[in-house]
Amino acid sequence: MANAVSAVSGALPAGASAEHARHCALVRVTHWINTVSFVALVISGIAILLAHPRLYWGETGSLGGPSLLDLPLPFVFAGQSGWGRALHFQSAWACVLNGCIYVVSGAFSGHFRGRMAESGYNAAQRATYLAVIFLLFPLIVWTGLAMSPAVVSVVPEIVTIFGGQQTARTLHFFAANVAVLFFFVHLILVWRAGFLSHVRAMITGQMRTERA
Amino acid sequence: MKLSRRTIVNTGVLAAGGGASAAAAKLARRYGLIPPDPGGIYGPGEVLTYATQRILTSEHSMARQFNRSQISQIAPVIGEPPETESYRRLLAAGFLPWRLTLDGLVARPLSLSLDDLMRLPSSSQITHQACEEGWSFIAEWTGVSLAYLLNTAGVLPAAKYIVFFPFDESWDSLDMADAWHPQTLLAYAMNGEPLPTRHGAPLRLRVPRQLGYKSVKYLYRIFATDTLKSIGKGLGSSSPDLGYTWYAGI
Repeated sequence: MANAVSAVSGALPAGASAEHARHCALVRVTHWINTVSFVALVISGIAILLAHPRLYWGETGSLGGPSLLDLPLPFVFAGQSGWGRALHFQSAWACVLNGCIYVVSGAFSGHFRGRMAESGYNAAQRATYLAVIFLLFPLIVWTGLAMSPAVVSVVPEIVTIFGGQQTARTLHFFAANVAVLFFFVHLILVWRAGFLSHVRAMITGQMRTERA
Repeated sequence: MKLSRRTIVNTGVLAAGGGASAAAAKLARRYGLIPPDPGGIYGPGEVLTYATQRILTSEHSMARQFNRSQISQIAPVIGEPPETESYRRLLAAGFLPWRLTLDGLVARPLSLSLDDLMRLPSSSQITHQACEEGWSFIAEWTGVSLAYLLNTAGVLPAAKYIVFFPFDESWDSLDMADAWHPQTLLAYAMNGEPLPTRHGAPLRLRVPRQLGYKSVKYLYRIFATDTLKSIGKGLGSSSPDLGYTWYAGI
């Protein structure tokens, strides 16, 4: 990303500095709501997992029966995951509603077609961001809802397509891990491209470009 | 700062959103879309989940049913049977002196023995029960449909909730949508055997469209009411005491 950003600023004469609009208000606001809700989802998700850090495949699974994966984690929140569940669902609502606003406005503004390319992201970065927004994120929501007995009573296919409630739970876990991995890669790329200037740009909307 | 078109549009969207949520809250109260425990920092999420799932589900939305071959070999259970003297005495007496009371906002209060219940039309289901912790099992449950008992007792139209009192502290309640749902069962048998003690003998509730903790065990009284305010802390169940929400549809 560092190369891409300097390519954008390449048009400036040496020693000059300029501010140019980089992120519109809607992208900035949804980005930070997404940040807060994502971190809350990860923390609360870990809390829920620590009620029963054992993964299964199929419809059912419990202690005493076969598992797919016994995570090397303690069962510390068994019967104590109420706050984790409440925080998880509240953050999920924030994340989903916020994500819908972002996607709908992005579709109208051309954010996903041209804007990203103009901002200096390369093809691999664009493809990754789009895959996270349009594939990974919906998969996480889907597998999450597939664990809801009330939602499943309305649309049984939401879980039967995966072959069972425990499979949905396991896929939810792995998809969430991919999202966390993406989160860290995103942080590393932003760090390498200039953490402060990029965070500042995501807050003020203005990217200051300087030519040494 | 100059007001761009975008700023104006965004402000408008926020203002419209605020107005819409106020109107939505009013409508939600009128149509029973607010759970009895809507307060606290997690209240908004709980209200959104309950309201959405109430709008999505209907009396025709059925929990999935399974084949006998899918019944789990292991059916775990949380908690020990009630320690109270009255429960121990009933257990020792094979629940012969046990009675289920159905009272409150009903035309004809009922008091039924286990034998009385078993003589009523029975209903069976092979359903999935998921614990909020993450594990789950499939079992066959046999008993009397709650709707059948509510009809027999003549529940009055004023009733908004059905409350379930067990021999332990884990009391709970259902809204009428779940109380009348055809799969909501008062189970006295599990996998063809009398209900095992730790699974809630002599009678437990089964609410297959919600997580396991809604399926109250060790029942002795069912109570129809128009308000939950006067029961316990007024939050509809003992779950909020333990940090869990009243509604457990997800």
